[in-house]
Amino acid sequence: MATRQTQFLARALLSPAVLLLFIWMIVPLALTIYFSTLHYSLLDPGSESFVGLDNYTYFLTDPAFLASLQNTLVLVGSVLALTIGLGIPLAVLLDQPVVGRNFVRLMVIAPFFVMPTVSALVWKNLLMHPVSGLFAWIATSLGLTPIDWFTDAPLLAIIFIVAWQWLPFATLILLTALQSLDEEQKEAAEMDGASATSRFIYLTLPHLARPITVVILIETIFLLTVFAEIFVTTGGGPGLQTTNIAFLVYSQALIQFDVGSASAGGLVAVVIANIVAFFLVRIVGRNLEA
Amino acid sequence: MARKVTARHVAISTLAAWLVGFLIFFPILWMVLASFKTELEAFATPPSFLFFHWTTENYATVQERSDYLHHALNSVIIAGGSTLIALLIAVPAAWSMAFSPTKRTKDVLLWMLSTKMMPPVGVLVPIYLIYKNAGLLDTRAGLIFILCLGNLPIVIWMLFTYFKEIPKDILEAARMDGATVGRELIYVLTPMAIPGLASTLLLNLILAWNEAFWTLNLSTLDAAPLTTFIASYSSPEGLFWARLSAASTLAIAPIMIIGWFSQKQLVRGLTFGAVK
Amino acid sequence: MGRITLEGVQKSFGPVHIIKGADLDIADGSFVVFVGPSGCGKTTLLRLIAGLEDVSDGKILIDGKNVVNVPPAKRGLSMVFQSYALYPHMSVRGNIAFGLKMAGLPKDEINRKVEAAAATLNLTPYLDRKPRELSGGQRQRVAIGRAIVREPKAFLFDEPLSNLDAALRVQMRLEVTRLQKQLGTTAIYVTHDQVEAMTMADKIVVLNGGKIEQYGSPIELYQKPANLFVAGFIGSPKMNFITGPDAAQRGAATIGVRPEHLNIVGDGQGWPGKVMVAEHLGSDTFLYVDTGAVGTLTVRCAGEKGVKPGDQIALQPDPNRVYRFDGSGNAIAA
Repeated sequence: MATRQTQFLARALLSPAVLLLFIWMIVPLALTIYFSTLHYSLLDPGSESFVGLDNYTYFLTDPAFLASLQNTLVLVGSVLALTIGLGIPLAVLLDQPVVGRNFVRLMVIAPFFVMPTVSALVWKNLLMHPVSGLFAWIATSLGLTPIDWFTDAPLLAIIFIVAWQWLPFATLILLTALQSLDEEQKEAAEMDGASATSRFIYLTLPHLARPITVVILIETIFLLTVFAEIFVTTGGGPGLQTTNIAFLVYSQALIQFDVGSASAGGLVAVVIANIVAFFLVRIVGRNLEA
Repeated sequence: MARKVTARHVAISTLAAWLVGFLIFFPILWMVLASFKTELEAFATPPSFLFFHWTTENYATVQERSDYLHHALNSVIIAGGSTLIALLIAVPAAWSMAFSPTKRTKDVLLWMLSTKMMPPVGVLVPIYLIYKNAGLLDTRAGLIFILCLGNLPIVIWMLFTYFKEIPKDILEAARMDGATVGRELIYVLTPMAIPGLASTLLLNLILAWNEAFWTLNLSTLDAAPLTTFIASYSSPEGLFWARLSAASTLAIAPIMIIGWFSQKQLVRGLTFGAVK
Repeated sequence: MGRITLEGVQKSFGPVHIIKGADLDIADGSFVVFVGPSGCGKTTLLRLIAGLEDVSDGKILIDGKNVVNVPPAKRGLSMVFQSYALYPHMSVRGNIAFGLKMAGLPKDEINRKVEAAAATLNLTPYLDRKPRELSGGQRQRVAIGRAIVREPKAFLFDEPLSNLDAALRVQMRLEVTRLQKQLGTTAIYVTHDQVEAMTMADKIVVLNGGKIEQYGSPIELYQKPANLFVAGFIGSPKMNFITGPDAAQRGAATIGVRPEHLNIVGDGQGWPGKVMVAEHLGSDTFLYVDTGAVGTLTVRCAGEKGVKPGDQIALQPDPNRVYRFDGSGNAIAA
């Protein structure tokens, strides 16, 4: 396939996709940068004026920014810890000889296919409601006081919901990786006298290092922009307790109609995501050569 | 190569796996059960698990009161439309990169991937304003366009990894046999790529169906897909749990089935081929 | 007709010269094998002839017509790939018929030709099966069927037997040779296996590092290797090379003796040495003898020889079968 004719054709076929993605990436981003230097409120149209970096100063020194940055990091960190911490044992369990493994697998994967608005509302109402939720009933039956999740521990509640959605993803990837572990390697280790525990530590865990990295990076990309779960449960509150950067930018743009500082916030989000993306792209790129 | 396994080992791991699987699946099961309860029973404490008065009235109410089918149709059109357009753009691009790679192919692929990394909030403001000025807010076309662009990198990547696995020899054999590029596509490549195309299509359908940033921000009623429709249940707090459950069950059922069919491809698609 | 002539053909990928100027004249109806170590450019040369790669310079003539700008399908050649490259979604019939269908032949003519080809290759019972339902040898035959049905000017084979097991390879080797003779169509066959080259070819092209080292009949290559490379590459086990005083004594920088031209002689003559390994094949015995003075020599003796590792023996070359090479590795005429 290396004749001149095919090469020309190949370029012609590639260009629409490249062009579209280029426009998709450049135009809005350039506009965001442009807006971020303006005083621009949708409530007060026609009053746009250049304000330099004022929006950044405003956004970055706003207590809401620090709170939302903290919430974002706590949310991402906790969900990562939960999904990987539970995902590894779960994957190992599913890799065992289990009767009806395919069915169990289906049950475990299911939450990933539930749309975010549905999982958030089902958890919020049916499970975590302080009076009629199932958790409240379990707590009362055990003689405990039910937790009012969205008042007393709203961020934790959202962490649980998001972790439930992403646990299947982590498990599925780790399970796929486990299943690609060479059976003969395990047998060789067994012949070498390694116990089940040392086989796990010296063989399985190192084998999982790369998939775990992939899970961390991909989940981070998505978790940085968790939105719907907050939108339908707490609306960022109470106060700022569940506002993450994505939600803060949204509320500044579409609730307070402050285009300028929302754009500045958007760019901050882009910078944070790019730091993660940088590492992910490198890992994927390395794999492309192998 | 089957390893020796004791019956006890199987029994314990089976029991543990079923228990954990059930716990993880439980919220969905609980929701499905609630959808068959009356509003009073759905709200009752202590809750009843199976011995309640089974009813399908919620499903009827959801349609009557809120025109469920309208939103379901929006979801089908938006998810389906964005997927088909993404495939139309992605198939030639992935074909070209897989079979006529150049020195820059790798860079192009990684660059495409990096566009997926851009958080949507970063461009929410300009997109919202552009849509507002262009009259695209709350239109199906607007959502189709944005979801298509958002998922295009994943679609190209998945197709690329599938096309990569088709042996080049076969395409060369077709060329020796006198097939033009067009006929090579029709008679040789497409039939061989159908499994890959199908799973790409399914995964993209799932992603587009469940997308809940752009749909929530850019649609309200006319073009609102199920994500937005379900979100509307968040306002009348504490009310209509059974109806919410019925609407939710309907909203996730089709995608759950598609998802179960494509679970193997999911890993590959979502990790950009980094884990197979 | 299928006479193929290469004139100064060159191919480079970027700065890398894969083919450094090849001149070759392949007569109509002959069976020519390209042989050489991996990376020598033999497959590239075949793909240049097929038109799957563009030449960087030079001409490729098929029956006197320069085809370098003609697309592969219009060159009137057909190719059998190493992986067979069968279309997995088509039946055997569909695979064989594909080229004819692309050429727009009428249906009944296609059917007639496909069935004739299938009969020649004993594939008739399998016509409606898919490639994955066939054994390796059957797939191989389908690939050949696909090639012959188009009645090309020449067949191009790219290591077609390397995926088969040893026994099947010998059988297919015979079948391919017989079929080619029966059809009288020119064939170019690429392999890294010099036994395949020797047994199948009318003429062999030995390639090394993108250059044609020698072009000649198998026996010419065996009896008169042009240089050290050809001498070492053709013949199994490999020719023994000896440098130093023993070579200088015969007026050469290096001398070569094939294992079958070394004789075991009595004490006090030739090169004494100790047997390290003895391989008893029944028909032959291979000895690896450490002589000290001239290194380890491989010896091939006809029939069974009662020699054990550790035995002391002496070796002497057949004086008429000593090949002499000069300092740059070229053969010195006898």
